[in-house]
Amino acid sequence: MRRAVLLALALFGLAAPPVFAADSVNPQADFKAFRDYFTKRFAKVPLDDFVNGPYSMDADLRKQWVEIDAFPPYQFALDKGKQMFETPFKNGKTYADCFPNKGIGIRQNYPYFDTKSGEVVTLDVALNQCRQANGEELLDYTKDDMAALTAYMAYTSRGKPFDIKIPDDPRALAAYRKGEEYFYTRRGQLNFSCASCHVQSAGDHIRTEVLAPALGLVAALPIYRSEWGGMGTTSRRLITCNSQVRAVPLKAEDEPYRDVEYYLSYMSNGLPISGPGARP
Amino acid sequence: MHRGTFIKLAIIVSVGAMTTAAVAASADDFKAAYAKAEAAEKQAGALKNQWTTTESELKAAQAAANAGNYDEAVKRAQQAEALANASIAQAKEQATAWTQAVIR
Amino acid sequence: MASTIRMRAVSSGDTTEVQALVQHPMDSGFVKDAQGNLIPPHYIEVVEFEHAGKSVFTAYWGPAVSKDPYIKFSFKGAQKGDDLTVSWVDNKGATDSLVGKIQ
Repeated sequence: MRRAVLLALALFGLAAPPVFAADSVNPQADFKAFRDYFTKRFAKVPLDDFVNGPYSMDADLRKQWVEIDAFPPYQFALDKGKQMFETPFKNGKTYADCFPNKGIGIRQNYPYFDTKSGEVVTLDVALNQCRQANGEELLDYTKDDMAALTAYMAYTSRGKPFDIKIPDDPRALAAYRKGEEYFYTRRGQLNFSCASCHVQSAGDHIRTEVLAPALGLVAALPIYRSEWGGMGTTSRRLITCNSQVRAVPLKAEDEPYRDVEYYLSYMSNGLPISGPGARP
Repeated sequence: MHRGTFIKLAIIVSVGAMTTAAVAASADDFKAAYAKAEAAEKQAGALKNQWTTTESELKAAQAAANAGNYDEAVKRAQQAEALANASIAQAKEQATAWTQAVIR
Repeated sequence: MASTIRMRAVSSGDTTEVQALVQHPMDSGFVKDAQGNLIPPHYIEVVEFEHAGKSVFTAYWGPAVSKDPYIKFSFKGAQKGDDLTVSWVDNKGATDSLVGKIQ
């Protein structure tokens, strides 16, 4: 049995795929190809509607969502997030002091590439950087507090189009490319990549769930999942996706996670923020 | 001619397997098998591509050893090593194969 | 202290549609925590909606209802501007209530 498994994998490795040099990375071309693929395949879906994930793919699910959204289940997390955002730190400063526009309506600019540190900075990381700079304990990237805070910030940006920039810096292009690589790489014993579900099987069912298309996928984050009975962060979603395909997850906000969020957000440029989202 | 060799090989392999099964595994056998499995899993970790099932097989192997059931422990450790090796092969193959899946 | 209840009541003709969201852990008593210990039962037992001194809707919840429950129902006989009171009691004897105006 073991020999058969190894033999099968060896056969896969026989074909030698072309190697892409770093300077052939072309985000603009990728962006167009990505957008065209989804709009052609789902021709009846208005472009902006892709940010509603499974609801743009399934009419019955959409009906249920519209009803739920009239009285959203994430209301409590949103209220808590607003309160957290407005409460001063022990030193008297607030989150507003760390961010442009006092932190209101800025979520669509994240993640960004920090040329000083040479790394991708997500909104969650930026919030913890703000806390650290003001002598506060860091928030756990997978727990309720960070989820509530990012939910509120997403809410203040609702409707604003994603505006992710890739600066003219080889490190930024490399981060973009690593994010792209992460998205398309198969992992886990189930041998799925992110693309397996969100590109190939977009709109199809996985057990009882409808799979959201990769276009606009991150616009709804963070999400309130009925399955979780609460609001969950981007990190929580990535980690559970990993373990669901039987891959040992990385630590929250590890470089590959930040890079894939960077890639997916760039791919959704121009699409409106729909977060915080409500999902089954 | 080819088939004859294969059949001979198959017989030797299966007899070999039967022979090893007749002798019970010892604690040392387990330690050796577990060390190999752990080393493979560590390699998979360096490639950032470990499987959750590898981890649970390793745990099951250790638990069987703790209970003194070394036959089972060795078997689980060998399975863990196989899974770890498969995850390493996956990572190596995917390092170049992923580009084939990109939407262009 | 912030209320645990959010309510919206809209009247149209003779019918008033009511929606409410209640913040409560609704622990069934069957779930274990990360350490393997049972989380003790903590759930709302009764929810009551009152209009003009009369009960218009009573719900008997319990361990089968999930966290932060949502409720929606309609009733007749109320008008825009009337008061609608919602209150709940849980198995620990805690309560909360809210008075809202029908829109």
